[in-house]
Amino acid sequence: MAILYGQITTNKPVKVISSTGNSRIVEYRLMIDIEKNRPIILDRKIHANLRAKSKRWQGTVVEIHLRGSYAQAMPKVLEYLKQTAMVNPYANIIFVDPRGRLYKFDRTVEKMPPPPKEINPHPYGVDVETLQRIIRSTTEDNMLKFMQKHFHRVGEKIARDFLRKAGIPEDRDPKSLRPEEIVDLVEKMKEYDGFLPPEADCLSPLGEDLLREGVLKELEPEFVAVHQRKPSAYSGHPFIVEVAIAYGGKVPAKDDILLYRFANKIPLVYDESGDVCWKIVRSINWRRYNLTPSMPFAIIIHVCSTKIPYKTLGKEILADQLEVSREILNGIREVARQLARYLSRKERVRRQVRRLAVFSRYLPKIARFSAELAGRKPPDISKLYQRKQVFKDFVTSNEYVDSEIFDSRRYNVVFVHVRNRHEENPASVRVLGLVNSKWEVLIPETALTSGSEIYETLRGKYEAIKIQARSLKPNKESLIDAYVDGLSQ
Amino acid sequence: MFSMGDEENLSIKKNDSSTVSAKSIVQKKLEELGMKFCEEIDRGVFPTIQMKSRSTSNIFYSPKYKQYILGDSKVTRSSRNIAHLRPFAQMVWTAYFVHELIKQKKTSTLRDVYYSAQAYDIFFKDQSESDNIITDLETVIEHPRESFNVFPEERSAVFGDLTIEYTVPGYEGRRMNLSSHPDGVMIGPALTDARFIKTSADKVIVIEKGAMFTRFVEEKVYERFNAILIHTAGQAPRSTRYFIRRLNRELGLPVYIFSDGDPWGMHIAMVIISGSANAAHLRELTTPDAKWAGVWASDIIDYKLPSEKLSEIDLKRLKELKNDPRYEDRHWQKQIDLFMKIKKKCELEAFSRYGLTHIVDKYLPERLKELGA
Repeated sequence: MAILYGQITTNKPVKVISSTGNSRIVEYRLMIDIEKNRPIILDRKIHANLRAKSKRWQGTVVEIHLRGSYAQAMPKVLEYLKQTAMVNPYANIIFVDPRGRLYKFDRTVEKMPPPPKEINPHPYGVDVETLQRIIRSTTEDNMLKFMQKHFHRVGEKIARDFLRKAGIPEDRDPKSLRPEEIVDLVEKMKEYDGFLPPEADCLSPLGEDLLREGVLKELEPEFVAVHQRKPSAYSGHPFIVEVAIAYGGKVPAKDDILLYRFANKIPLVYDESGDVCWKIVRSINWRRYNLTPSMPFAIIIHVCSTKIPYKTLGKEILADQLEVSREILNGIREVARQLARYLSRKERVRRQVRRLAVFSRYLPKIARFSAELAGRKPPDISKLYQRKQVFKDFVTSNEYVDSEIFDSRRYNVVFVHVRNRHEENPASVRVLGLVNSKWEVLIPETALTSGSEIYETLRGKYEAIKIQARSLKPNKESLIDAYVDGLSQ
Repeated sequence: MFSMGDEENLSIKKNDSSTVSAKSIVQKKLEELGMKFCEEIDRGVFPTIQMKSRSTSNIFYSPKYKQYILGDSKVTRSSRNIAHLRPFAQMVWTAYFVHELIKQKKTSTLRDVYYSAQAYDIFFKDQSESDNIITDLETVIEHPRESFNVFPEERSAVFGDLTIEYTVPGYEGRRMNLSSHPDGVMIGPALTDARFIKTSADKVIVIEKGAMFTRFVEEKVYERFNAILIHTAGQAPRSTRYFIRRLNRELGLPVYIFSDGDPWGMHIAMVIISGSANAAHLRELTTPDAKWAGVWASDIIDYKLPSEKLSEIDLKRLKELKNDPRYEDRHWQKQIDLFMKIKKKCELEAFSRYGLTHIVDKYLPERLKELGA
């Protein structure tokens, strides 16, 4: 689209320079043959990739000339790139804008999703135009073989059954089909209910891990939940819906929910109000998840399909396709449930911390005034309750370091509260308890992102408790505070 | 009624078993409470306290005590429970504070307690919170707050031939006769805790209104009827109710109450006799033997007293009193019915219609005779 737009406004070619990191760098100057929808190669150069093998340049540069008002379009352009970075966390994106400013979106992962496999069209999704094209190019001379070779998930048994029901002889030469028979064949394919649903390995979803990374990287939320729906299909087109929800952190609180829409990893930044995603988001009763639209949260929807159900030719808004909409709705519900669980847990933590603060505030007073009444020295309230800060402003390193040890022999319930106070870097922590003179892991390795905390109640008898912390990323130190509280009953 | 000969003995003996010993019982109970909490903490157990529930579902009328009492349902307050911890600490502090008051022979008021707390880093949201904690402590210790030296603002007074001996610091052993000041003596902490030494009186007359109290003093009712006069200034404060009870219990004096002839006046008399539901956890604020001496509904007719019409609110209040178990006695019921029938009310001052001394010269002797005094 961008190349086409550049060409029709400036009539200048696009320059593409690319290398996979081998010894060659190729450079093309291209234009589009608009009538035939084909590239016209104006110029092709090959450069040597001169640096040492491990440092060879790898990547793609695209240069486009187009006419437009950058001042007006700038916010959308930057938004587009930011969103592109969100669903391509494995890519470094560098953009030099017309004012000469450099924008960088750094990759945070090295891993890429597996490349999609090429497949034949599914019989349910074929139109007359496509069918004619296949017939023109086929080398098969009978319908039985033709069906098996050119269509997705059609074997001999299904091909036979279909042709019988469609009233087409198995040995009919596809090239002999008349135009009205081709139209009829397309209809019959759509009516036949024996075709297997399409497989999804032709799709290229991001996967939950990469989606999470991308959202963390570009939105920097306090919490993120991601969910990939099982592959499904509509009208013979396989699709996968991926949904994420991001809460807090740098996600802004606006009057309304923040919605990011993607189709095959392409951000959809225009006309969002007409999109089915909005209709679905509006239909959800957010209060059920203890959320209100004015809270700081964003929803990310990625639809991946061999044919995205666009509503308009502009390819900006998704149509209300029943099967797709259902998957989007269920996906949002799943991540919203996870967020609701996170928030209620967070609220519980807050309440617990407040509860324990009440103990340390009032128990000493009860002890003091009781002792005054009884005319004796105050009893030791640490028999009932004790709070100890075991990590104070602790700067993590790459290896685990022990906190101070909390003697928990007197207590039946122990609360562990760990916070990562660092502004950026995540930490990894775990909690150990001493049982029969041996340290046992009570809370296994847990990642603590910047500003987040864990709060756990440990029941059972331990001789001692300690916390271990380290930096989650090499040489990226975090800052840890940790408290252990013990209660006798 | 007792003769001059044995009154010294009698009153001193009774004193020992009343205010002074009540204080030492309270003091001991408070100390035991502190000891219990300390020992619990020593054992690693969160201190708890159990007390009778004061919720309305646990307040019953006892015909035996002729007052509201608390039932058997109990509440436990535990320092293990976060919701209880703050009131628990407040109560322990309050116990400590009143213990200090008793020890140092100082007195305080509810408002004063509320402010004093802040000096100890104990905070009450408002005075009603601290009042409530004091009521809790009354329930636990089973003694009224006057025994903890926490007194209401004084506004009622006493006049008559009663010699008392102060026990408050600086006045210990000093004696005074309560007829020495014509305006009467204020019933404050010092008087509440005083020992009764001697009296020639053989009855107590309680009067709701200040004007009538003054008239009774001027007309020498204390001499003519051998009476100790008490002015309640409306609803009797708790220390006054406690004082009336002491006069009745310790000196064996019968008590006669004169209040306005309307449902509100009746209830002033009733609270002195049977107490209020708010004080169902206490036993020392009532005088079940006291008698309501007027103004009755029948007096309005019999003495042709000037009267006003009962208002809607008065009638509504009468209906409430009719169903109140404290009013089940036949005489009370008869008077309530009569008020409802004649729909009239009248104040104590109404007797002045027949001359300033009419109430003392005619009504009072007739009524006392009628009541067998």
